[in-house]
Amino acid sequence: MNKAEVLIIDDEAQIRKLLEITLESNDYTVNQAATAKEGMVAAASHPPDLIILDLGLPDEDGHSVLIKLREWYTHPIIILSAQSSEDDIIRALDNGANDYLTKPFRTGELVARVRSVLRTRPMQESNPVFRCSTLEIDFSLRTIKKDGELLKLTATEYTLLALFVKNEGKVLTHHYLLKEVWGPGYITQSQYLRVFIAQLRKKIETNPNRPEYIVTESGIGYRFVCKD
Amino acid sequence: MCNNYKDVIALFLKKISTARQYAYSILLIGGIASACYLFAAYIDYHVVAFILLVAVSFIAMLFEIMPVLVSAILTALTWDFFFIPPFFTLRVEKTEDRILLLTYLLVAIINAVLTYKVRQFEKIARQRSEKASSVKLYKTLLNSLSHELRTPIATIIGATDNLQHSNAKLTPQNRFDLINEISKASFRLNQQVENLLNMSRLESGFLQPKNDWCDVNELVYYVVNTIDDNKVAQKINVNINPEIPLFMLDKGMLEQVIYNLLNNATIYTAPESTIDILARDYAGILQLTIEDNGGGFPEEEIGKVFDKFYRLKDAKAGGTGLGLSIVKGYIEAMGGSVVLENIKPHGARFTLRIPAKTSYLKNLKNE
Repeated sequence: MNKAEVLIIDDEAQIRKLLEITLESNDYTVNQAATAKEGMVAAASHPPDLIILDLGLPDEDGHSVLIKLREWYTHPIIILSAQSSEDDIIRALDNGANDYLTKPFRTGELVARVRSVLRTRPMQESNPVFRCSTLEIDFSLRTIKKDGELLKLTATEYTLLALFVKNEGKVLTHHYLLKEVWGPGYITQSQYLRVFIAQLRKKIETNPNRPEYIVTESGIGYRFVCKD
Repeated sequence: MCNNYKDVIALFLKKISTARQYAYSILLIGGIASACYLFAAYIDYHVVAFILLVAVSFIAMLFEIMPVLVSAILTALTWDFFFIPPFFTLRVEKTEDRILLLTYLLVAIINAVLTYKVRQFEKIARQRSEKASSVKLYKTLLNSLSHELRTPIATIIGATDNLQHSNAKLTPQNRFDLINEISKASFRLNQQVENLLNMSRLESGFLQPKNDWCDVNELVYYVVNTIDDNKVAQKINVNINPEIPLFMLDKGMLEQVIYNLLNNATIYTAPESTIDILARDYAGILQLTIEDNGGGFPEEEIGKVFDKFYRLKDAKAGGTGLGLSIVKGYIEAMGGSVVLENIKPHGARFTLRIPAKTSYLKNLKNE
């Protein structure tokens, strides 16, 4: 298997070094750029499998770099942000970023994000059954089992869970979830999401107050995590 | 007391636009002149001049220089036109009256200018005292920060130095310990920076709660789990009715508030203590209580703990005195209140009350 190539666009040499060491020790090939300009040139001349883009670059606003990259670049982009403003992150996710990390971050988290955005698994076609520790979802039969026992889910609960599982490891914003499950007219009706997340957790989580599958991304959305 | 009075006037001035100041001055003068005119048969017109002068002085106390000068001239003209014979003309016949009119105008203008100047001096004095108190705050900030930021930085520099230069002499246990210290110090540093950022957000005055529907149960457990992940020794119990409604409030701010209170409790109580969190809905008011069975606060300092940079007299290292002032600032920005009290037999209780819209969406269960 070829090593996946990662391009890091960040003006801070220390962060680039940290990312380089972490990613190379996890078998990724790393290229670096210190400015938006360098980064765009590097991405265009040799398109990488993944771009890690810092939002606070000296020569150009990170959001506009992201938008320009997304005009042609189809592989995953993870953004790094130091201001950690939720609005900034949501904006970047809306503009086509696949995930985000706020500085300071744990390297373990970084590797997990990189892995999950690089995973391309045509799950439904090849294998209609998804397993994650004690949870088993059969997309063809539309059934969910926990510890081998069949769970009773309502239609909306199933749609929500299926959406999470199909996007395993990826952050899904409140707006995205409301739009996909309830429809575009519901993007401000966050009370639906709160109620159904709580209901779903009660059914699938071992301890709903300390969720392992549906993890809260405070102020941003939720993420389905599979620790296997 | 004196300062209060000045503040009230300054506030008053700020609130009233110049156009309104003109309008109020003219209304006042018109009113007083009309009243005098009604009783013109009983009072001598010289007395009217004094009454009008009092009105101008009163206006001078409240308003800016231009409306006051206009009032001075306007009263002079009014007096001349309506009260000095011959009436309904600006003409003055008696030399004595001409001198009086001129004197009136001069006294009114001098009055206006002097009051204005006194106010300017007061403004400068106020700015000076504000500067003095901000210098004091700045010094407290520097003292607190230089200690609270430098301690973790010193640990990081020292430990990395050791690892770089004396690596051969270190046992694996030493190395493990040093790395652990670096990790703890970085965490502490991050915490302090986070507090400072929150404080500056509050100070900027632009902090507007971003309200959204919020599951209190989820929110409280989210914070408790974060605290638990730091391997705290104390036991944290959560007691929330699962049927509590959703509240419309700023989730990020409330998370920060609960985090700061829990973090405080874990830092300042003994490892075997317990911390209890309760949440209740009192008809559209979310009441959260966070109490511990630690040592509580010294009674005489309870009133001060929410002050910026205030630290208990015998506080141990590890805080900037910002945590609780952020709690108060955030809760107040959300329109709520926070009360601290000691409880029996020992311990501290923080009670938060936040008014918020609620939503019961239990009819969705079968969708």
